[in-house]
Amino acid sequence: MMTGRPSPHLDVDRLIDDRRTRIVVCCGSGGVGKTTIAAAIGLRAAEHGRHVVVLTVDPARRLAQSMGLTSLDNTPRLVRGVKAGTRKAGNDAEAAGSLHAMMLDMKRTFDEIVEAHADPDRAAQILANPFYQSLSSSFAGTQEYMAMEKLGQLRRADEWDLIVVDTPPSRSALDFLDAPQRLARFLDGKLLRLLTAPAKVGGRAYLRALNAGFGVVTGVLTKILGTQVLRDVQTFVSALDTMFGGFRERADYTYQLLRAPGTAFLVVAAPEEDALREASYFVERLDTERMPLAGLILNRVQQVPAAHLSAARSLAAAEVLQAGLPADTARRHAGANDDAPARQLTIAALQLHADRMTQAAAERRIAGGFTAAHPLVPVTEIPAQAEDVHDLEGLRRIGESFDAN
Amino acid sequence: MATRDTDWDGVRLHVVTGKGGTGKTTVAGALALALAADGRRVLLMEVEGRQGIAQLFDVPPLPYAERRIAVGPGTDAHPGGDVFALVADPESALIEYLQMFYGLRHAGTALAKLGVMDFATTIAPGLRDVLLTGKAAEAVRRKDGSRGRTYDAVVMDAPPTGRIGRFLNVSAEVSDLARVGPIRGHADTVQQVIRSPETVVHFVTLLEEMPVQETLDGIAELRALGGIRPGAVIVNMTRPLALPPRQLQAAAAGKLDQAQLAIGLKSAGLDDSHGLAGALAAELAEQARTTLGQEEQQQRLNTTDQPCYRLPWVSSGIDLAGLYRLAGALREQKAA
Repeated sequence: MMTGRPSPHLDVDRLIDDRRTRIVVCCGSGGVGKTTIAAAIGLRAAEHGRHVVVLTVDPARRLAQSMGLTSLDNTPRLVRGVKAGTRKAGNDAEAAGSLHAMMLDMKRTFDEIVEAHADPDRAAQILANPFYQSLSSSFAGTQEYMAMEKLGQLRRADEWDLIVVDTPPSRSALDFLDAPQRLARFLDGKLLRLLTAPAKVGGRAYLRALNAGFGVVTGVLTKILGTQVLRDVQTFVSALDTMFGGFRERADYTYQLLRAPGTAFLVVAAPEEDALREASYFVERLDTERMPLAGLILNRVQQVPAAHLSAARSLAAAEVLQAGLPADTARRHAGANDDAPARQLTIAALQLHADRMTQAAAERRIAGGFTAAHPLVPVTEIPAQAEDVHDLEGLRRIGESFDAN
Repeated sequence: MATRDTDWDGVRLHVVTGKGGTGKTTVAGALALALAADGRRVLLMEVEGRQGIAQLFDVPPLPYAERRIAVGPGTDAHPGGDVFALVADPESALIEYLQMFYGLRHAGTALAKLGVMDFATTIAPGLRDVLLTGKAAEAVRRKDGSRGRTYDAVVMDAPPTGRIGRFLNVSAEVSDLARVGPIRGHADTVQQVIRSPETVVHFVTLLEEMPVQETLDGIAELRALGGIRPGAVIVNMTRPLALPPRQLQAAAAGKLDQAQLAIGLKSAGLDDSHGLAGALAAELAEQARTTLGQEEQQQRLNTTDQPCYRLPWVSSGIDLAGLYRLAGALREQKAA
C-alpha cells in the first residue's frame, strides 16, 4: 500500500473544462506515453466542446495516421471522428468542439525564424552554413526550443482555445525547460562574440585589451578543427548577429507564456524508478520556476481484477495444481474424470496473476516514493492498456479514465 | 580462459541502442556481465551523462575514470571476470584528447571554465560524437604490455535508436566540419574501429509498435550506411503466457471457458465465491490480447534476419539479482 496519506486527486476533466485553461503542457521523460496522453487529453477536451490543437513531436505511426497526420509538415490538420457532447448529463446540448493535430518539423520552424528575421540574401547565407545546419537539425535542445517557438506561434494565432503540447522525447524532462534558454544564451553569448571579433575591423586590439585567454581559445580551436572551420563559425555567427536580439526575445516570450495564468503543466510518468525520478526533478523545478503544475499523470498502472488473491497464495495454488499433473496420467488412462486441461489453464492464470500482483506491488512502492516526497501534488492514474493505442477509440478510452477515479 | 562458441566471437565493441523506455541501459549492463564470465575483462561505457550505470549497479555516481563495479558470473573452475565502468562526457573526452595529442593539460581546463569546451562540443557538427565514439575506440584498441588488449570487450550504452546512425557515422558527420586536419584524422581512425568486424550494434526493443518500428528503421539505416554491422535484436521484458494457441485466441476474444477455471481453482483448493474465476479470466483476456499484439510485432522483427534474443520480464523490478538473471539468459542464448 502507499505510504502516508493519499495524494489529492488530479481532476483532468475540470482542468480541460475550465475555459481559462489555454495551454496544457505534457512533459516527462521518454517512453512514458506522453504523446498518447496529450492526444487523449486533446480528444477529450474537443469532445467536451473545446477547440483544440495538439502539437506533437514524434507520434507512433499508426496513432498519427489515426489522427490524419501523414507527414511532419508543421500544419495543423483537422482530426475527423470527434464526437460532440460526451460531457456528462446535466449540461445543455453542447456546441461541438474540434480537434486539430500537427507534427513539429523542427528544421522548418527554425528556417522560418531565420527567414523572418533576416533579409533574403543573408537568410540564404545562414541556411547554407554547415554550422547552422548542425544547429538546426541536431543541436541537443533545438527540438525543445522549436516546440516552444511553435507553441508561441499557435498561441499568437489565437485560432484555438486550447493548445495541448506534447514535449519532445528528450531523455530528461528538464531539457524542455532549459533548452530554449540554453540556445538563446549560446546564440548571444560572450563567447560567440569573442569568436567573431577577429573578423571585425580593429578586432585584435579590442581582444588584447579584453582577454589574454582569448588567443588560447582560437589557438586551440584552430588546432582541433583547422582554420577553415573557424572561418565557418565566424561567418555563421556574424550572419546570425542581426538575429540575436530576436532569438532572446522569442525565448523570453515563450518562457513568460509558460508562467502565465491559463497554462497548466501535467507531468507524465510510468510507475518506474527512472521515470518517477525524472518526474520528481521536474516537479521541483516547476516549483522553483513558479510554473503552474496541475499534477502528475501516472500512466500504464497495472490493474489487477482479482486483487484479493495474493501473489504468494496464487503461486502456491499453481504449485498444487502442477504437482497434481503428472500423477494424472495414470488416472487419465483409467478413464477417470480428466481435469488436466482445466488445471493447465488455471496454472497459467494463477502464474500470470502472481506476476501481476508482484508488479502492482512494485509499482505502488515506487509511486509511494514520489507521493511521500510530494504529498501536495495531485495525482491521477491511467490503467495499463492491453494493446498499443492507435485509434480514436483507444484515445477515448484513456480519456474516460480521467473521469473514472 | 575458456572459449565458448557465441554469436559474437571476435567482437570487441558491442554498441547497445534502443528507444527510450526499452531498458537499453539494463540490457547493456546485463550484456557486460554476461561477457565478463570466465575471467574476461569488460568495460561498460555510458555516454549520455545520466549515471544510469551507477543506478543500475547500485554504486555511487561514477567519474570520468574506469572503475571496477562488478564481477561477472563464474564457476570454481572459471572464476568470473571484472566489469569496469566509465562515464564518458564529451567535455572530459576533449580535454583528454587535447592532453594526449597536444600536451595541453592546463589550457584545456582553463578553456572548460570559459565555456569553450561546452561550445565546441555543442555546436561543432559531429565533434561531440567523435569524441565519445573515439573514447570507446581507444578503449577497444588499448593494450597493456603483459596481457595484450586491456579489455576483452567494450559495451557501450549508446544514444537512442533514433540517433544511432548519425552517432556512429562520425567520419561523414565530421567531414562537413573538417575536410582535412587533426580532428578529421582522429575521426577516420575511430571510423576504422566502428566499421571493423570487431564492432556490432545491438537493438533493444519491446514488442510494441514504436520501439519495433524504430528498431527496423535503425537496422535499415545502418545497412544503408554500409560497413556498420547491425548485431542482435534483444527483445526485453517478455512475458510468455503459457496457453496453447487456441486458448490464447479464445482468451483474447473474451470467450474463455470460465467453468474450466472454476474446476481448476477448486482442485487447487481456492474459494471461488468472490468471482475469482471471472476476475482471473479477465486478467487472462487482457494478457492474451497483449500477447497477440506482441506476436504480431515479433513477426515484424523476424523480417530482419538478425539474431534475436528474448529477455524475461522481471516483475519485482531490476536489482542486481535481476541483472545477473538477465546476464544468464543472454549467455544461454549465446549472446555472450
